[in-house]
Amino acid sequence: MTPLEIDFGKQERVVGIDLGTTNSLVAYMDAAGHPSVIPGDDGGKLVSSVVTLRPKGEIVVGNKARAALIDEPDRTVYSIKRLMGRGVADVQEELKLFPFRVAEGSESVIRIQLGERTFTPPEISAFILRQLKKNAEAFLGEPVTKAVVTVPAYFNDAQRQATKDAGRIAGLEVLRLVNEPTAAALAYGLDKRREGTVAVYDLGGGTFDISILKLHDGIFEVLATNGDTHLGGDDIDNRLIRIALEDIHSEWGKDISHYGEAVQTLRRAVIDAKERLSFVPATNLELNYKGKHYQREITRELFEKLIADIVDRTLGPCRACIKDAGVTVEQIDEVVLVGGSTRIPMVRNAVETLFRAKPHTDLNPDEVVALGAAVQAGILSGTVENQLLLDVTPLSLGIETMGGVVSKLIHRNSTIPASATETFTTAVEGQRNVLIHVLQGERELAKDNRSLARFDLKDIDPLPAGMARIEVRFLIDANGILNVTARDARTGKEQSVEIKPSYGLTDEQVEAMISESIDRAEEDFRARQAVEARVEADRILAAVDKAKQNDAYLDLTDAERGDITKALNELLVVYHSDDHLLIRAKIEQLNTVTMKLAENMMNTAVSSALKGTKI
Amino acid sequence: MGSFPSNYYDFFGLEHRLDLDVKDLEKRFYALSREHHPDRFSLESRDQQQRALDATAILNDAYRTLRDPLARAEYLLKENGFDIGEQGSKNVPPELLEEVFELNMALDELRGGDESARQSLEDARNKFTSMRDAIDTNLAEKFREYDTSRQRGVLEEIRGILNRRRYIRNLVNEVEKELTGAAA
Repeated sequence: MTPLEIDFGKQERVVGIDLGTTNSLVAYMDAAGHPSVIPGDDGGKLVSSVVTLRPKGEIVVGNKARAALIDEPDRTVYSIKRLMGRGVADVQEELKLFPFRVAEGSESVIRIQLGERTFTPPEISAFILRQLKKNAEAFLGEPVTKAVVTVPAYFNDAQRQATKDAGRIAGLEVLRLVNEPTAAALAYGLDKRREGTVAVYDLGGGTFDISILKLHDGIFEVLATNGDTHLGGDDIDNRLIRIALEDIHSEWGKDISHYGEAVQTLRRAVIDAKERLSFVPATNLELNYKGKHYQREITRELFEKLIADIVDRTLGPCRACIKDAGVTVEQIDEVVLVGGSTRIPMVRNAVETLFRAKPHTDLNPDEVVALGAAVQAGILSGTVENQLLLDVTPLSLGIETMGGVVSKLIHRNSTIPASATETFTTAVEGQRNVLIHVLQGERELAKDNRSLARFDLKDIDPLPAGMARIEVRFLIDANGILNVTARDARTGKEQSVEIKPSYGLTDEQVEAMISESIDRAEEDFRARQAVEARVEADRILAAVDKAKQNDAYLDLTDAERGDITKALNELLVVYHSDDHLLIRAKIEQLNTVTMKLAENMMNTAVSSALKGTKI
Repeated sequence: MGSFPSNYYDFFGLEHRLDLDVKDLEKRFYALSREHHPDRFSLESRDQQQRALDATAILNDAYRTLRDPLARAEYLLKENGFDIGEQGSKNVPPELLEEVFELNMALDELRGGDESARQSLEDARNKFTSMRDAIDTNLAEKFREYDTSRQRGVLEEIRGILNRRRYIRNLVNEVEKELTGAAA
């Protein structure tokens, strides 16, 4: 690092990331204080959440990987978000509908087979995050190491933890997980409305969230949230795919549902047809596969019949959310639509009917979550002032008590951070351990809720039954993630707690994945060095530009000016290369040929702009 | 940032009163959130982050408790050494014995498929709901009485009323569940 970079590097850059089921985006706060989405190297703002492992071992992410869904379905994965923080047992439904290839021997942690290698969902998400990080670094011309990442509001603890793990594996410090509808409200509130009660209806590729917020004087207070983490555009696609597969089966006399390539081609066609149906009353669904042709007309009427129950499934959570928020429909000033699926007219109508208000659609539903994440990133880094987000926990937290009944400690829709303290004791004399089973959910019996973890209070002082008093503090932090600490109430000593997560990765596993990813770190390191070299190039280029305006420049000989122009052009030629040594060599060359110019400028006691560029 | 109080009232800088101005409480909540929220400390030291987290957790727990009159009363009772638990609300208040008996019969009938019980259940729900509203009015009076008199006897009374209210709330919930569940 040069002394200059220290001067410039003071401000911490935090980016905002929308890690979506279908598409992912990265955004930042621009110099004017507006959130803005960062385009990828292909110029597009949306990065497809698709990851493929090329036969040579290279990982490719995004729009380039999308083609591989059709060409190399066995080495390619999409919608990985559906598997984040889940166990093999609870994704069986998913596996029927999605071509996830779960590797043999997956138990509490799912592993996905891509070609000859296997990856956990956080690792696959990490590939997507790494791509976004790279895009941001190339665009901003500086290393990016800190991020705010969005998650569905209805994500449980394990799903949130998995998202945070993905960030760590990708080399990003996740400063905050923000709920997607809340992020949307931040972007919306900053732009459109500063006071009032707002509902955010977010139907994405794989998840549905509804949140109701109160906006007041820069405070965004979530009153309640509800949702379904397995409901989204993917489900709509699957309906259309299923009827097409049935048609094809009867027309061609062949069941193609097990041909990955055919199904993926069909999926593409279905998505296109679905998108067109938002604008036209009827469209054709076509598939060409191995010389065979399938075509049928889909009317909007048929489409709506097919998806009516999916749209309907979003309304129950909406009603529950209104009730929990303690507001009436009339008190909701506006409904904001988020997620690509809200472009469907039937969805808009359903929302309008329920909330008795025309939904707000000014903001791009694909981008608004990422923009909000950037705003939150600005809040955390101090560049956005006076705005504050107060979010809630979507699910009640409880512990299993006698008879498998759940005793709730922190109720759903409590503002986070939230905490509860509970005292535990022993049942028999000399008992050294107490096991606490923590669950999330609204049901009364433990078995009907989501097991979160088992906490083992260890090395309790041996005492007669019922004498030990262990105070356990359950704290849900601002990310919606549970932290547990315990102390012996008699001695005041900290009590050791061993955490056994029911799903997801242990800390050791994440650490192992981080070191595994160091194989790739060299590649990342080189990219980073190139970025840093470019930053330096920018500085000298700007300085030379400025110096050209100076009288000292005119005092140079033609030859000297020619040398400068040549060195300048050579630097521009190598500017975009990945070879930082080459860039630095050209910077050095430009430095050398401008030495005299800098001296002249100093001698005439003019600006010291060039001085600073000497290394 | 100095050390922060763990008592809910003290955190808000409020007198330990039962009758609170909820609007004023909200204003204080927003101001204190701006002061303590972890968002303001995300680039600070681990220690400062932990303090912000601890402070905000107390603040949020306190706000949740104090803005709800029933939770607030329970908190103040506990503060004054009263034992608060669900236990007190499990025994049928004697003056309700007859009504509860009839209600349970109607519930059994509806569960057994006798739709004619629906009407009597709805009647019972309405009756208990208005009873609950009357209790709330009564509670509000008692709150003010305590705030001016600071008599422990008033707190005793309040505890009794709270138990009764909790019992009625559980009844109403059960009837609601049965009525909407059976209709679906």
